[in-house]
Amino acid sequence: MKIRVDPDKCQGHARCYGLAPELFDVDDYGQSTVIVDEVPVELEDKARLAIANCPEYAIEIISE
Amino acid sequence: MTHTAPVTDWAADFDVMDPRYLADPFSIWDELRQTCPIPHTGRRKSSWMPLRYDDVTAIAHDIEHFSSLKVAVIPGDEDEDPNANFDGPNLEYGLPPISADPPLHTWTRRLLLPWFSHNRVDTYVPLTRDLCRALLDGFADKGHADAAADYAQQIPVRVIARILGVSTDLADTFTGWVRDVLEFADDQERRQRGADGLLYYFVEQVAYRKENPGDDLLSELLHTEVEGQPVDDGIVLGMAALVLIAGVDTTWSAIGSSLWHLATHDEDRKRLVAEPQLMATAVEELLRAYSPVTMAREVTQDIDYAGCPMKQGDKVLMNFPAANRDPEAFEHPEVVQLDRAHNRHVAFGSGIHRCAGSNLARMELQVALEEWLARIPEFSLAEGQEITWAGGQVRGPRILPVVFP
Repeated sequence: MKIRVDPDKCQGHARCYGLAPELFDVDDYGQSTVIVDEVPVELEDKARLAIANCPEYAIEIISE
Repeated sequence: MTHTAPVTDWAADFDVMDPRYLADPFSIWDELRQTCPIPHTGRRKSSWMPLRYDDVTAIAHDIEHFSSLKVAVIPGDEDEDPNANFDGPNLEYGLPPISADPPLHTWTRRLLLPWFSHNRVDTYVPLTRDLCRALLDGFADKGHADAAADYAQQIPVRVIARILGVSTDLADTFTGWVRDVLEFADDQERRQRGADGLLYYFVEQVAYRKENPGDDLLSELLHTEVEGQPVDDGIVLGMAALVLIAGVDTTWSAIGSSLWHLATHDEDRKRLVAEPQLMATAVEELLRAYSPVTMAREVTQDIDYAGCPMKQGDKVLMNFPAANRDPEAFEHPEVVQLDRAHNRHVAFGSGIHRCAGSNLARMELQVALEEWLARIPEFSLAEGQEITWAGGQVRGPRILPVVFP
């Protein structure tokens, strides 16, 4: 599974980082980024959780 | 004044300061979402109030038609003329970035954000925890307390004063000014008094910090450059006032409402004590269910939105608390589920005006609850004693008497 944060949609709520710091980082301005190339299988549920909690619908699945 | 008459028609003549709305806005939203999801009122000023999640978030993202220049839910002098009837210092730039549109919004927000980043907020945890413990020391042995006035109200104002670089000794004065501006906005004299207090104070602070900079937010704003130019004093004044106003009433309300919930829901309180690992989702869920803040927008040009003929200059009350109770967006929104997994709440807003202090607010709420529950795991409402709620722009308990063993 590959995911990305759309920088134009992300508004810095930091919900993804709060839920899955293994997958996301957030900079001083609140911008989130995905820090793994491929989501480890054991973290796929966490990735889906982050997607389901983003108020801006900013996290996309690039490939399953 | 006409706007004080009791409301009989919530669809066409609502009033967010009506006693029924202050006591129980939830049932009003639920009824209206079925019959008229964007009610209107002519009270005070022509205003619309979207209640559905999709409408609130869509309008929050449409900054072309919905400006943030006037964000007060209760219109005041600034709705007519920002400098009306006022010969002292004034906020010629409003309170950027909250009451600004791009481009002013963009660069002022960028100056503030690093002070409230995840990493920076982590460094405020020890002082917040110490503060909570000291407050609890004051009443934990007494068997009773006002969880709002003795605890919730005391926390955010002191943390934000430390960040700004102003005296925590003035915490009660700051709180009074902020309440005058936000909660008692219908009383123009009181509102003006609060605004004057804030402004004169910050004018003095700006002058002092220019000569005596510290390692605080106010000093940094005064000694930074944007595109080679210092930031205008009037903009610094507005930003400093904003940080105080936005950092006080809001988080205090969230802490108070959360304690009210835990005082009235034994099972949730016991569960949170027994399963502290639930705290992170519990904090988000309490923020969803008891979102304190409603912000306004101003319609920039006549527009038909979802069948509503909105006119240029109308207000739109961005009811984030009601959006967070929309059954189309949340399963059983009326039930607080401390482990709610899917929670796309907008307690901190949506779009470019997402609350710049959201990381700080979330941390303060979590630490305040952790420390309270560690010291006072069992508590309930004090029987026969009245609870008072503030509402309108910011909803939360102002008097919350509780008892504990």
